[in-house]
Amino acid sequence: MRTLKLVAVSAGLSSPSSTRLLADRLVQATRYRLAEQEYAVDVEVLELRGLAVDIAKNFVTGFPSEALREAIDKVTAADGVITVTPVFTASYSGLFKSFFDLVDPTALTGTPVLLGATGGTARHSLVLDHALRPLFAYLRARTAPTAVYAASEDWGTGGDEYTEGLPHRITRAGEEFATLVAAVADRKGDSVDADEVVPFAKQLADLRLD
Amino acid sequence: MQFGIFTVGDVTADPTTGRTPSEHERIKNTVAIALKAEEVGLDVFATGEHHNPPFVPSSPTTLLGHIAARTENLVLSTSTTLITTNDPVKIAEDYATLQHLADGRVDLMMGRGNTGPVYPWFGQDIRQGIPLAIENYALLHKLWREDVVDWEGKFRSALQGFTSTPRPLDGVPPFVWHGSIRSPEIAEQAAYYGDGFFANHIFWPKQHTEKMVRLYRQRYAHYGHGTPEQAIVGLGGQVFVRKNSQDAVREFRPHFDNAPVYGHGPSLEEFSSQTPLTVGSPQEVIERTLSFREYVGDYQRQLFLVDHAGLPLKTVLEQLDILGEEVVPVLRKEFANLRPADVPATAPLHPAVTAKKEA
Repeated sequence: MRTLKLVAVSAGLSSPSSTRLLADRLVQATRYRLAEQEYAVDVEVLELRGLAVDIAKNFVTGFPSEALREAIDKVTAADGVITVTPVFTASYSGLFKSFFDLVDPTALTGTPVLLGATGGTARHSLVLDHALRPLFAYLRARTAPTAVYAASEDWGTGGDEYTEGLPHRITRAGEEFATLVAAVADRKGDSVDADEVVPFAKQLADLRLD
Repeated sequence: MQFGIFTVGDVTADPTTGRTPSEHERIKNTVAIALKAEEVGLDVFATGEHHNPPFVPSSPTTLLGHIAARTENLVLSTSTTLITTNDPVKIAEDYATLQHLADGRVDLMMGRGNTGPVYPWFGQDIRQGIPLAIENYALLHKLWREDVVDWEGKFRSALQGFTSTPRPLDGVPPFVWHGSIRSPEIAEQAAYYGDGFFANHIFWPKQHTEKMVRLYRQRYAHYGHGTPEQAIVGLGGQVFVRKNSQDAVREFRPHFDNAPVYGHGPSLEEFSSQTPLTVGSPQEVIERTLSFREYVGDYQRQLFLVDHAGLPLKTVLEQLDILGEEVVPVLRKEFANLRPADVPATAPLHPAVTAKKEA
């Protein structure tokens, strides 16, 4: 069985960052579940902070630097992508959106994606569903049903009798995501050559000029 | 091999003085630049086509017709002619007329343009960019080769018994290049017809050029026009040259830093390493240009962009002097030594041009 490739994209800006912390926890939960199913997993975490300047330059020049191109290629080639952003001004951060603005709109079609966000208070938790989920719906990615929001307070509390705590949400998200990744990976055939030429006769025929 | 210049025709403020030339000045300067290109022994002058400010070249054959009347040897070309939004019938008529006036010193390059609103301004839909390029060129190709054309397509009104006049000079249509940065369909189109393929090769990393040229060469051979090595390839390039490398960098930097295309982004040094931009001494420009051959093979035409980013006319004319005196003569010799005998030295020239050369 081939090794599954997971890429986690963290848009956290500080170091250490709770966004990165959440990304790592989601990776861990997914990896654990896939290991149970005897999948070998290779994980890479991309910190967008290190690419922030390259991302801005790509907007100005129209092409990515070598490092940014590699990062984009890793994300689009992954069997599953875990994305975590801090909430800035009521939505995903500009850096997070800018990175995905540079990904070809069809490159994540069908790719399983696990959504995560962090913020100062739980009052922003719907950002997962009003910002992140539509973004990845546009990209036609397969988002895991459970997305995880971690407010500052979540790192110091368990659940209560009405709500599950952060660890439970992470475990559930990891399980769902792992199932999705395994299902999609098993169905993936040999990759098609995206650069295949459409013969000119076909191009003319499409215009009924043959 | 042919060497020349291509212009975008932008009206851009000189960042060192804040002065913006008028449209009138820019058009007259463009003519002066073309005349200088001939004077210093370059082979080709090509103009872009744009239909919005800050660009002036909306009427390429008017400009090229004027230059034709004032030059003897310069090949007049385009970079590019909008095959998507121009009526192919009008292209056939305009460029055939230009060909007569210039005694055959004409070829042209098809492109799709990069300004979204131009499509609706000319009644077209940008989502049909590739189909428009394919259908319109199929018609243009026919109009120049068949005296009486019956035609029905998707994009323009049908033609019954139509003859495009004047007929191409001596019955030989202008040679056509197809320009594209990264659309394989266009490389395929150029290969199908046995036309030339021109890679923009400015502002973009060389990987695009390498990939597209490789595809074009393979498909050129597939369609039986010759070996992959014999396919007709042209490249753009962007240079700023002074006797001393440091002077070139110091003088060009403010223009680079404020240029409309890449300004306020990467540094001159980063952009020079990521794209074919070369700012330096004649020797540096020679070495960099020769290195293009390593990833596209032996090619037939090299056009340099020298007149943008608000460079004043005087500087541009000095650039042409240096290119003509110190850079191009060396490149001609070096490229000729490297090129195998069975690879064409240039794109096909009109018989009238060849005859004049031999006379």
